[in-house]
Amino acid sequence: MRRILVGIKRVIDYNVRVRVRPDGSGVVTDGVKMSINPFDEIALEEALRIRERGGADEVLAVALGPDDAQQQLRTALAMGADRAILVKAGEPVEPLAVARALLKLVERETPALVILGKQAIDDDCSQVGQMLAALWDRPQATFASRVEIAGERAQVTREVDAGLETIEVDLPAVITTDLRLNEPRYVKLPDIMKAKKKPLDVTDLAALGVEAEPMLKVLKYEPPPQRQKGVMVKSAAELVAALRQKGLV
Amino acid sequence: MNRILVVAEHAGGRLNASVAKCVSCALAIPDAEVTVAVLATDGTAVAAAAAEIHGVARVLLVRNPASEPALAAVLAPQVAKLAAGFSHVLGPSTTFGKDLMPRVAALLGAPQVSDVMAVESAVRFRRPVYAGNAIATVEAAPGRTLVATVRTASFQGAGGGGSAAVETVTVDAPLPAHTRFVSVSAAKSDRPDLQTAARVISGGRALGSKENFALIQRLADRLGAAVGASRAAVDAGYAPNELQVGQTGKIIAPELYVAIGISGAIQHLTGIKDARTIVAINKDAEAPIFEVADYGLVGDLFSLIPEIESQL
Ligand SMILES: Cc1cc2nc3c(=O)[nH]c(=O)nc-3n(C[C@H](O)[C@H](O)[C@H](O)COP(=O)(O)OP(=O)(O)OC[C@H]3O[C@@H](n4cnc5c(N)ncnc54)[C@H](O)[C@@H]3O)c2cc1C
Repeated sequence: MRRILVGIKRVIDYNVRVRVRPDGSGVVTDGVKMSINPFDEIALEEALRIRERGGADEVLAVALGPDDAQQQLRTALAMGADRAILVKAGEPVEPLAVARALLKLVERETPALVILGKQAIDDDCSQVGQMLAALWDRPQATFASRVEIAGERAQVTREVDAGLETIEVDLPAVITTDLRLNEPRYVKLPDIMKAKKKPLDVTDLAALGVEAEPMLKVLKYEPPPQRQKGVMVKSAAELVAALRQKGLV
Repeated sequence: MNRILVVAEHAGGRLNASVAKCVSCALAIPDAEVTVAVLATDGTAVAAAAAEIHGVARVLLVRNPASEPALAAVLAPQVAKLAAGFSHVLGPSTTFGKDLMPRVAALLGAPQVSDVMAVESAVRFRRPVYAGNAIATVEAAPGRTLVATVRTASFQGAGGGGSAAVETVTVDAPLPAHTRFVSVSAAKSDRPDLQTAARVISGGRALGSKENFALIQRLADRLGAAVGASRAAVDAGYAPNELQVGQTGKIIAPELYVAIGISGAIQHLTGIKDARTIVAINKDAEAPIFEVADYGLVGDLFSLIPEIESQL
């Protein structure tokens, strides 16, 4: 069985205007829409396309997080994942511990490919894929905007500061997705019904033998400094004059 | 004493501007002694440039042809070996550093603090989360190596005038052959580099086509500015991906940022928060970009750009 493992993180939907709680203990989550991290949705879409082209037999969606993350896994199953696993964790888990948990699952499930988002839009860490690849001692192809699988190799085009870089990796490997890799499909109603019958296993960090001993502590959250609203100018001439006065043009 | 290792980004025999910024961040850590590591085929020129950065105590040069072009899987085992005895290992929040540093951290079993924007103590840092909608203060458990990436837009590069000693060292680490460089396509441009330019002119979806996007390029050239773009403009193919500004593009801090036909989505604003002066040109007076603009001009970009040019 040729398998692709995909990471699914439950995050505040990207359309929500995130606000810091007045006491600085975190951000407001009550009544806030939660979704699959957009980069993870792209990871899942890529895995589904590879399977549909015959490059894999099974797509396994894995989430680490609260019980409620089952909702996001059900969405992943509705999109087309074959099976899902939730690794329950109460507190937010640090990237290194997430990578260790994923490694345990990777050892059990022996995927040919692991596809993760390049970052989660909550903590914006951008660490897990690289860490998993290191612990697994396998290649990493981060920030992917194009993936081509040929047998036991993948050619991956990466969005880097200089432009586009292409690397070749031996499988199994870890790929992390950038936004332009694909456009995820919409979920159709019948698929939501079908997804209810697909297997979703629940386990936890302790059962996997992973210690999530925190090494980093968030002391507080603050709103960012606000920029002052400036002035509206009436014409191009007024704009250029203002910039010239400040020595900017 | 805090012994800090900065991993140097370089390409084509030239030191990247991010290195001096990482050194600034390192020097903000109390009682810091800063070492720069250069991993390169030859690296003589790069190491010499690193040695000139003010505040650098030592440069370690590790020569290995496998280290160029840079591949995280090849560099990480070497950096992890070099990290022995250091309290902190820093790299830039560029795609080079974002790719490499977590791999180093995992090999060290160390935590990573991503996108450090301010140093509060040797173990306490501030960093943006939620696309910059919140700033988190994080503290690392003391007594173990800490890996971090430095948000380059938050730091001025350390100046020149240094004269650190360059030591050529060898590291004994098995390097993998499972990852191979194939090619890189970078548009050749005579324009200033987006990440370091003093002035940036950016265009959005409103430009409507690749041909029209030339209006942005022409204005940029008149002003000696770099060109940037919104994600929508890049997705639509008006501009190449390396010009994207924002949460998933480049985070920049120019003196002047001009956003033309860009609505000002939070993911875009994340990339320009540190710009000194923001100018917005948009036909919609309600566009969110005006909330952060120092100067706003409402109108049609297709008539306003030529008018601006005629005033210059
Ligand atoms: C996870 C994630 C990450 C993202 N990362 C980024 C990122 O890094 N960078 C980024 O930019 N976006 C990013 N986005 C996308 C972002 O949410 C917006 O969709 C995008 O920035 C919109 O680009 P735009 O402003 O060019 O287009 P639009 O939002 O469509 O705005 C076009 C603007 O042009 C104006 N306009 C139209 N015609 C004219 C005219 N003739 N003259 C003057 N004005 C005109 C309109 O009034 C409008 O305000 C991300 C999104 C997600 C979900």
